[in-house]
Amino acid sequence: MNTAPIRFAGLTLLLLAMPSFAHEPSKKGEPVAQEGIQVPKPPFSEGVFPCTACHDGKQLKVNTQRRELAMHSEIELKHGPDSRWCLDCHDANSRDNLHLASGEKVEFTASFKLCGQCHGDKFRDWRVGVHGKRTGSWNGPKQYLLCVHCHDPHSPHFKPLKPMPPPTRPEDIKLRKGGAR
Amino acid sequence: MTDLKPMHSHEGSVDSGSCDSRREFLGTAVAAVAVALTGCGKLSKEEFLQHNFRELSKDEIQTIIARLEAEYKEKFHKTVKVGNEAAMPGVIFGYALDLSRCIGCRRCVHACVKENNQSRDPEIQWIRVLEMEKEEGVNIQHAEQYYNPDEVPREGHFYMPVQCQQCKKPPCVKVCPVGATWREKDGIVVVDYNWCIGCRYCMAACPYGARHFNWGEPHIKDADVNPDTHYLGNRPRPKGVVEKCTFCIQRTRKGLYPACVEICPTGSRKFGNLLDAKSEIRQVLESKRVFKLKEDLNTQPNFFYFYGV
Repeated sequence: MNTAPIRFAGLTLLLLAMPSFAHEPSKKGEPVAQEGIQVPKPPFSEGVFPCTACHDGKQLKVNTQRRELAMHSEIELKHGPDSRWCLDCHDANSRDNLHLASGEKVEFTASFKLCGQCHGDKFRDWRVGVHGKRTGSWNGPKQYLLCVHCHDPHSPHFKPLKPMPPPTRPEDIKLRKGGAR
Repeated sequence: MTDLKPMHSHEGSVDSGSCDSRREFLGTAVAAVAVALTGCGKLSKEEFLQHNFRELSKDEIQTIIARLEAEYKEKFHKTVKVGNEAAMPGVIFGYALDLSRCIGCRRCVHACVKENNQSRDPEIQWIRVLEMEKEEGVNIQHAEQYYNPDEVPREGHFYMPVQCQQCKKPPCVKVCPVGATWREKDGIVVVDYNWCIGCRYCMAACPYGARHFNWGEPHIKDADVNPDTHYLGNRPRPKGVVEKCTFCIQRTRKGLYPACVEICPTGSRKFGNLLDAKSEIRQVLESKRVFKLKEDLNTQPNFFYFYGV
């Protein structure tokens, strides 16, 4: 039985049907080394940063007295309010910075260092990716979030959310002609 | 050789045509019988004669993918790409979910539906979020999946999303009578939707309720179809087959996180390579209190629950 022409025809058909773009398998098998911690911009309320726009030491003199503020009334301090107030974290003399307990100044983009002073266990977990959200690539560059993206530093408890719709109950499934039986 | 009846020897001359037309005839005849028997009028001859994905050559896979892409283009009026990325060497995927952080907002459920082209009507969802009472602990008897308060988390409750646990000893694979579902090298349990006969044995075998059946013709709006698909994952499915979570095989085999990890607003979902000692998943397994759901069944999930507190 002569099958050669059939084989040839089949092969030709296969080759013709094959898309011209051969598919390249992904080459991301090797884990990529993590370089530094990349975080997005801190979530400032609109128009508050830079703080030195108002707190320039001229219009507003530094007042280290603990008191009810006339400004920033939207901030409700629910972060150990009895033992803490603004200048424990915000630097009185360099308003566009935060400061650690040691007095060392910290950028707003590195506020995790400040949080980590008390919440060391969470900080350690966050650094290795156990605490907090990471997006991007499981074997490559990742995007971290700052603590303050999820936890308002003035009121850190994670805010409740409206849940998305629940699944349909079996008794509520509508019978549809031509659809589900 | 000697007992061959003489009529066999000149069989070729009976229909006076070449082998080509006889094959064609047989193929069409088989397909016609199949249509008559199964009532699946839409099944093409190529589709009916297609083999199990694991037995296909590279060329055959490309031909089938081209056919599927043409079908999807006609159906959804846009280009749907069907990939077939293989498992990466040295990778076994693991997943961990932080029960102390999940607030039950169901963002994952709906992100999953969007990513994986589940039927919107009839509704299919691969993730089910269970609301449980803190006093009861993890107790399926006291779980509620239809909760719908104005805000979550509700006082005194915690939330446990359940999806495919990608078992190392998957009972669903064991019971499949046709071998239409199997565990890939990277630990993902997949389904060949073209080989599945819809018997639903796997659904009965799965102790996690993770498999879902297309009882009706799946409906997705053209605009909602995710065009980036994988043959063993989120390509649009036909009616009458079983589907399940694949750890977003079309994303994770390209190095991306699954859609549910990307969307989770609380960062409760952790994903990575179990063979990479520096991965998040390994950090979780080594430093946190971890458990497996229904561990006593010895299904050996690669999906873990942990308490991050």
